[in-house]
Amino acid sequence: MDYLTLLQILDSTLRLATPLLLACLAGLFSERGGIFDIGLEGKMLAAAFFSAATAAMTGSVWLGLLAGIASSMALSGLHGLASITFRGNQLISGVAINFLASGLTVLIAQSWFQQGGRTPSLIGGGRFEEVTLPFADALRDVPVFGPFYAEVISGHTILVYVALLCVPLSWYILFRTRFGLRLRAVGENPAAVDTAGVSVIGLRFAAVGICGLLCGIAGAYLSTGLGAGFVKEMSAGRGFIALAALIFAKWRPWYALYATLLFGFLQAIALRPDVLESMLQFKIQVQLLDALPYILTVVILAGFVGKAIPPRAGGEPYVKER
Amino acid sequence: MNEQAPAIELKGISKAFGPVQANKDISIRVMPGTIHGIIGENGAGKSTLMSILYGFYKADAGAVFISGQKTAIPDSQAAIAAGIGMVFQHFKLVENFTVLENVVLGAESGARLGPSLAKARKELTQLAADYELNVDPDALIENIGVGMQQRVEILKALYRQADILILDEPTGVLTPAEADHLFRILEGLKAQGKTIILITHKLREIMEVTDTVSVMRRGEMTATVKTSETSPAELAELMVGRKVLLRVDKVPAQPKDMVLEVDNLEVIDDKGVKRLKGISLNVRAGEILGIAGVSGNGQSELLEVLGGIQSATGRVKLNGQDIDLTGKHSDGRSRRKRGIAHVPEDRQREGLIMDFKAWENVAFGYHHEEEYNAGLLMDQAAIKDDAAGKFTRFDVRPDNPMLEAKNFSGGNQQKIVLAREIERNPDLLLVGQPTRGVDIGAIEFIHQRIVELRDAGKAILLVSVELEEILSLSDRIAVIFDGQMMGEKLPNDTDEKELGLMMAGMTKEPDGPVHEAVEAQLAHVDGEAK
Repeated sequence: MDYLTLLQILDSTLRLATPLLLACLAGLFSERGGIFDIGLEGKMLAAAFFSAATAAMTGSVWLGLLAGIASSMALSGLHGLASITFRGNQLISGVAINFLASGLTVLIAQSWFQQGGRTPSLIGGGRFEEVTLPFADALRDVPVFGPFYAEVISGHTILVYVALLCVPLSWYILFRTRFGLRLRAVGENPAAVDTAGVSVIGLRFAAVGICGLLCGIAGAYLSTGLGAGFVKEMSAGRGFIALAALIFAKWRPWYALYATLLFGFLQAIALRPDVLESMLQFKIQVQLLDALPYILTVVILAGFVGKAIPPRAGGEPYVKER
Repeated sequence: MNEQAPAIELKGISKAFGPVQANKDISIRVMPGTIHGIIGENGAGKSTLMSILYGFYKADAGAVFISGQKTAIPDSQAAIAAGIGMVFQHFKLVENFTVLENVVLGAESGARLGPSLAKARKELTQLAADYELNVDPDALIENIGVGMQQRVEILKALYRQADILILDEPTGVLTPAEADHLFRILEGLKAQGKTIILITHKLREIMEVTDTVSVMRRGEMTATVKTSETSPAELAELMVGRKVLLRVDKVPAQPKDMVLEVDNLEVIDDKGVKRLKGISLNVRAGEILGIAGVSGNGQSELLEVLGGIQSATGRVKLNGQDIDLTGKHSDGRSRRKRGIAHVPEDRQREGLIMDFKAWENVAFGYHHEEEYNAGLLMDQAAIKDDAAGKFTRFDVRPDNPMLEAKNFSGGNQQKIVLAREIERNPDLLLVGQPTRGVDIGAIEFIHQRIVELRDAGKAILLVSVELEEILSLSDRIAVIFDGQMMGEKLPNDTDEKELGLMMAGMTKEPDGPVHEAVEAQLAHVDGEAK
């Protein structure tokens, strides 16, 4: 494998890790606040559809992004209403959101565009353009670092950089601000927050809201950055992989980056079976490669990551007691 | 002083939960700079009243006056703003936060955390110096003992500039030395002009530390008296509504044959931690061996091993014959067959199934017995008959075995469990925390039954975190600390102070302050108490 091939794989690692990272951070905020959310998948899917549909109709990818975020946050609100206000079961609410998104996106797509449940392919302003970072061309001739900068770091859509920026930002919010302290507390012991005179419900809705925002960006990226339009079930289990990555990352932002890069790398490898074959000298079933991220998910969930302690009050509705 | 407005005045507070009237027209005045005790049995409505004061519940009727001003307290925020701080019985701390973070939570000075923490650190040092409330600001809550956790709760309230401090059953988890230290802190707070409300069911604490005391019974305030003008006996009578025997009436034990011999018992839990480190003890027929210890030091495991819930290594003999500790005869059913009855520590989780009827609960564990079965089916009529008899003999109220177990008060639930186990006429009765959460009237009854069983020539192993109970019931007292026996004492030959030190793993009084040494010892016992 030559250097350029490696760079190509790393480049697509970053592309593929981006939606995972955004969804993982979304789940991180929600679960740190004590709300389990297996509806990441559904929210991403809904956002993917509405951003592609809006971008297709208006020609503006930014309006598409806003529509995607709005749809994802609406589903978040639903999840919050069910699990915070009405103290319902968070898993059931999440499953319901996944089903809802899965069915509704295709149904609405068919009704609006009559293309078999897809949106028209996005062209021009309907997609996020790749951004060439400054000096990318100038540095290209510098050995080793130049091509790395030009191929891997530069040349992504703006949302990739947004996702990367979200990592230190999330860390700062969680561990260096008043809001972060309260958010972490409400996921550990809501009674402590309540008796300290802070609204548990308000904090949890904020957590769920941030989750919706990040899922919305992740979904918009799928259909307007990574792809060029919406296709049925295009989230392809990424929401669940993000949840696995979240456990892998032990609910920490920087670890979330590393975990999702690993999953992104596996997905990138799966796209280049030729590289693996030339390295290993034998043919590997493409299907096996495709399954790699999912196999790793199972392995991780089976407990090979050591002890990962989830937020203690996670999954439990808060009921005041003496 | 009398013209001064009361720090807190409640007027005509009423609160009902469904058909249950938890508080009935309660009025109370608490003068500033005093320690005011509120005493009453479980379910008398003390906690409900304080929850109303702290904005957890909304009163159906009545008003709250703080320093003479009528004040509405719709939520905890308002209570804090009114200068009320509350230390709950179950601490409201975030386990994996530091002491400092817990103190700051909800009272941050700005959106950025750094300055808030720095400011709190400074104030904490000052408060610690003023009130003897020393804590390590950077320690994680899960790594410190309950005594220090409680001080964090007090600091939380003081950091929010509380002038009125409410403590709900504060000594339930403390050793005697720690409790004494707490009382010194409270005296110090009082000297600085703070008002303290102490809720407890322990008469001794009321007599020791309060200036005035209010007694509650069945949701009503029955009396408010000056502590100096009353006596424990009078308070007990006011609480229960009749004369109560505060001491257990019993004749000296007549120990006979050896019933239980435990030799070098060891237990390793799921996390690989050794919970019992070579326990040896024995109990004869006709005597009560009391195991004293701070909760989480291995006494639960000891009961579980003997009751057949937990496997162990070592040797246990009952009436001279070995008991299976690991094999297929190490379950509860085999134990019962051998004549061991078990009143578990946590009656709501292990002693009863709360959602099942009381008569069904009466048969649990013995449901294989012939008398409860008719061919393939259970003989429901026989069980109900038996339950009705047990209810009468053990004075369970309400006298209706058709109710679900959860509909009974703590004391009556315990009577159901006791009736089931005692009436099997076991050779050995294991009994854990027999009167935890049980009101005084029922305590008297339960203690009498245990002594009667002893007098009938049975062996009894008693585990309790209440030293008073251990001292009054036991014929011999063994102290457990960190999975080991610290030694045995005779109840007439020891006192709470000595036992308290032994419970912290010390054989003689330390040089420095006692409560600090006790805390240091207990902090590294990895127990449930934390």
